[in-house]
Amino acid sequence: MIKYLTKVKTPYLLLLPGFLFLFTFFIIPIANLAQTSTQSAIAGGDTGQYEQTLQFSNYLTAFTENKEQFARSFVFALCATILALAIAYPLAYAIAFKAGRLKNFLLVLVVAPFLVSFLLRTVAWKQILGEEGFVVPTLRSIGIIGDSTTLTSTSFAVIMGLTYNFLPFMTLPLYASLERIDPRTMEASGDLYANGFTTFRKVTLPLSMPGVVAGTLLTFIPAAGDYVNASILGSPNTKMIGNVIESRYFKIVDYPTAAALSFTLMAAILILVTFYIRKAGTEELV
Amino acid sequence: MSKLKDASIPTIPFGARVSRWFGRNLIRIYAVLGFTYLFIPVLYTFAFSFNDSGKSNLVWKGFTLDNWKNPCGAPEICTALGNSIKIGFLATIFSTILGTMIAFAIGRYAFKGRSSSNLLIFLPMATPEIVLGASLLSLFLVFHINPGFWPTVIAHVMFCISFVVVTVKARIASLDPRLEQAAMDLYANEIETFRRVTLPLVAPGIAGAALLAFSLSFDDFIITNFNSGTLKTFPEFVYTAAARGIPAQANVIGSAMFILALLIVIAGQFVGSKAKVSK
Repeated sequence: MIKYLTKVKTPYLLLLPGFLFLFTFFIIPIANLAQTSTQSAIAGGDTGQYEQTLQFSNYLTAFTENKEQFARSFVFALCATILALAIAYPLAYAIAFKAGRLKNFLLVLVVAPFLVSFLLRTVAWKQILGEEGFVVPTLRSIGIIGDSTTLTSTSFAVIMGLTYNFLPFMTLPLYASLERIDPRTMEASGDLYANGFTTFRKVTLPLSMPGVVAGTLLTFIPAAGDYVNASILGSPNTKMIGNVIESRYFKIVDYPTAAALSFTLMAAILILVTFYIRKAGTEELV
Repeated sequence: MSKLKDASIPTIPFGARVSRWFGRNLIRIYAVLGFTYLFIPVLYTFAFSFNDSGKSNLVWKGFTLDNWKNPCGAPEICTALGNSIKIGFLATIFSTILGTMIAFAIGRYAFKGRSSSNLLIFLPMATPEIVLGASLLSLFLVFHINPGFWPTVIAHVMFCISFVVVTVKARIASLDPRLEQAAMDLYANEIETFRRVTLPLVAPGIAGAALLAFSLSFDDFIITNFNSGTLKTFPEFVYTAAARGIPAQANVIGSAMFILALLIVIAGQFVGSKAKVSK
């Protein structure tokens, strides 16, 4: 890296406008959210009117009332992350090492589906998996599912939707780290009498860990806070924490609870992420 | 050679040959399956854009080109599309400028507070969208700013900046520092070096970041839904319409955007490979 140390102020001047923007529209809102989360309704006020009373019990109430949705969000997000990893790793591996001249083309193909609006794709899945789609009648006719079983409005559909929608966030970092591996390291491993599986376990996988960590984080975080998949592909029984926050804001106008829930979600994710990064031992993420 | 090989094949039993073929091509088979999974909903969306569907586009009723001839046929759909494009453009311009400046500061300079700057860039990406959207809405409500067009633009700039920084920074990191040193050796001053060497080299990264920002903004639903008020963007249109079945025109617009974006990407690849050849 070249360091133009002659002008010490330059980097700060470059940072100033962007950071001012992020400070105003990211940091202050988050602080304000924390402030809202301990408010309580004004006695005799209209709906949507709240005052600061440092009511920390909001957190406890919000959490105990929505334990189930919290747990579901994390379980769904975890399942989606594992599935996405299982789908994306071989895909990224094939593109990085087996594609030859088709590499760039295949890379475009991986991203291409995501150029169609994600809501349209989610609605498409709903219709494909729905009663009028082609999957359900086919599965029924070969007897894999019974006549009364449906695929939409189930946890399966929500997890599948999450997996699908966040797949590029998994595939691209994986590809980036696999592509950087020198193929000679794998050859060397083979020369030292390691079979394919051992080479993968001892050489390829460890070298691709930064991609695995980045990919799983970039999938898990948005999946845990998502409510679109659950509301399009799910049912009232598959509500995630995002659905609760959304309805607290728009339908019930209960800002303090919504804020407390948002804050708990963010804190839970940050704690998990920190723990995970420590465990996985990768510092250089971005 | 090949005859020799052919002669040796019959000694291997058929089952073993099949399993060996699978073993060798497993990863390719897997990749084909993966791509099929990726493309099923895209093909579905594309196919149903030609459906002679009437109001709800659920069942195949016959082929028609009417939807493509008249993409604005469904009420409100083109207003929503227009809103999305306007917001996308503004968000792209502002986030690309702000993000590129930050990327240069972090990628090119050693200064006090560099690692905390990195953290500030990482945080918005590590925050669930619903929290970003909800917290911004709370702020606007405190200051009695009504949700609508500009709050949505602000929200989009905010979440796009980090992605721009990461993309441009990666490009800056991959530059050969000797090119800039060479320019300086040839008596170019700092500004000339930046304008004539650094910036042209980083330009593809900036272009990529701008495309990414536009597609993130255009496709965003959660943050938009919190801050747009009565204004409707294209994803919001699809979300509301999803309850009663989306009109085929939405599929037309989705497919058209897909084709357009694909063409841009392919053109970018083409220009990129040309540039490499001419170097």
